Amino acid sequence: MPRRLRRTSAKAVPKQKFTKEKFHKLIFGTKEQEGLGKQVIVYILLISIGFVYLYPILYMISRSFMTRADLLDSSITWLPSSLHVKNYLDAFAGMDFLNAFKGSILLSLLPTLLNVVMCGIIGYGFARFNFPGKNIMMGILIFTMILPQQVVMTPNYRLYNDLGILQSINSLLLPSLLGQGIKAQLYILIFWQFFRQIPNVLFEAAKIDGCGYIKSFVRIGIPSAAPAILVVFLFSFVWYWNESYLTKLFVMGVSSSAENTWNTLVIALSTFNDSYASSSTVSGEALTSLNEAIQMAATVLCVGPILIMYIFLQKYFVESIDNAGITGE
Amino acid sequence: MAKKSKKEKAPKPQKVRRGKLAMRDAIAGYCFVAPWVIGVILLVARPMIESARYSMSTVRNTPNGLFVTFTGVENYRQLWLNGVTFMTELVAYISRTILAVPVIVVFALIIAILLNGKIKCKGLFRLIFFLPVIIASGPVMGMLVDQGAGSISTLDTSVIENIVGFLPDAVSDAIVNVFENIVLYLWYSGVQILIFLSAIQKINPSMYEAAKMDGASGWECFWKITLPTIKPMILLNAVYTIIFLSGNEQNTIIVTIRDTMFGSQGYGYASAMAWVYALVVTLMTGLIALLLMNKKDQYAKKVKLVKKEAKRQERMLKKAQQRGKKNAKKIAAYKR
Repeated sequence: MPRRLRRTSAKAVPKQKFTKEKFHKLIFGTKEQEGLGKQVIVYILLISIGFVYLYPILYMISRSFMTRADLLDSSITWLPSSLHVKNYLDAFAGMDFLNAFKGSILLSLLPTLLNVVMCGIIGYGFARFNFPGKNIMMGILIFTMILPQQVVMTPNYRLYNDLGILQSINSLLLPSLLGQGIKAQLYILIFWQFFRQIPNVLFEAAKIDGCGYIKSFVRIGIPSAAPAILVVFLFSFVWYWNESYLTKLFVMGVSSSAENTWNTLVIALSTFNDSYASSSTVSGEALTSLNEAIQMAATVLCVGPILIMYIFLQKYFVESIDNAGITGE
Repeated sequence: MAKKSKKEKAPKPQKVRRGKLAMRDAIAGYCFVAPWVIGVILLVARPMIESARYSMSTVRNTPNGLFVTFTGVENYRQLWLNGVTFMTELVAYISRTILAVPVIVVFALIIAILLNGKIKCKGLFRLIFFLPVIIASGPVMGMLVDQGAGSISTLDTSVIENIVGFLPDAVSDAIVNVFENIVLYLWYSGVQILIFLSAIQKINPSMYEAAKMDGASGWECFWKITLPTIKPMILLNAVYTIIFLSGNEQNTIIVTIRDTMFGSQGYGYASAMAWVYALVVTLMTGLIALLLMNKKDQYAKKVKLVKKEAKRQERMLKKAQQRGKKNAKKIAAYKR
């Protein structure tokens, strides 16, 4: 009997120890392992910040399905009483979706392709060759990145007007052809950073085998810069898609004359309130009078295509940053 | 040909001249960057001079062409005296930027550090935190802010107002403003998070191991290893934030400038506005760069200065010694 008692007590003592010290270790962690308490705090922080990030999107989507009655009902905050798809149909008609979508695709894809090609060539030139005045040129490159567009906007408007490329896609293509597109300086820097990392030996070997400058660029430079090409393509596409300031000025024309056929989703959204009213009077269709839900539906339609693209390509987006070495030095 | 050039080089190696090959390389380099050079001259340098000229003149746009009459600083004077909307917008922009830059950079740093730890669903969190970069364009943000999605209604700011109530009004207003627009501030920090994240991931893990061996805690590791290593990235992110905020269409100044261009005051007045705005942006960028510039550079400068001084003294010493020798010779000759 006493023996048994001793055994249990011997068992109980380490257990007592477990609850005290191990608990402390579990919560606060040791040098080797992170504590549970810290983990919990990290997750709480991450989830709450993540919620703040997602909040506008969730809000937008939930609002876009509400009827007018749902909007006014104070008891409904998140879940609409029914999926009111008519909002989307109205917004679709109101922002002339198909035309704007076509405009968005063209106005972001073509300058982006030019951007990738030209920034690649220019970045290669800066990275591979040494020539007098290179450092000054790099300095100017950084300076033009900081310089606000507004300073050069007015004379450029005049120039495009004289060249007759205003209110056409050429007014976006010309700057990107000359390496001055939207944020092109950043892309040149990305390519520069990338081409610098390719070992020189490769190019020397190619030269000995009889490769010219262009051939070694095509055969060695381009294949090894695939991650940089991807990141520049994705970012350029997204930023051109979201661009509205210069597009409105150069492609759309501020006066918004009737003959202008260019439109993008983002700009259609910014003028949505006016265009919705006019389209509902012109077509004579029974469009619901404008309300918050329709505006949100239009926003979803505007954001939707690029969001879908992001969800499919998100792996490349996030990983490409690491690969392309934006952070560099 | 290779032989010949070698022969040429051999007799006088000390004279540094660009060889034929280097020359050809340089020409190829010029060819590759030529589009950019043309672009800078045509679309940046020329317009800058032009708009500086516009800003100092009255520009009348008629069907027969553009009439530019020089008026000196008249436009700037008008802007200073009568441009009430522009000036208030400018002041609002400056205060907003000064407030936003530290907030955005600090938020981005915190999130990047959180993401860098050992967590599950890292991919999902990265997906969420990078989302704003994709969809945060001017009109979309405008629409969302108009609808009240820019602030979280359940987050009661009056509590925060009470907490910071003891501070001076200007400070507490600023803090409350941050919490009211927290979604906006967080949404502007997508790219910054990525930049910080990839910088943190590039830090050599053996540094942390060594520090832990010596008994450093995670807190100390952050201050002594992580922060100094990513300091250049802080500067980069701050500058990026300024550029982003100044070019964003949520920023009403640039819209005002564009509207003025086609308004009654014309190109000249708009150019003056643009120049004032550019000056402010550049000044702010310069200020931030000065604040966050690596102090190591200044140290290196000092070292250079000291070394230069030492070299000078050495040279003086040598000169003195030589003079002494010469004089000794002269004296010897004289004695003879």
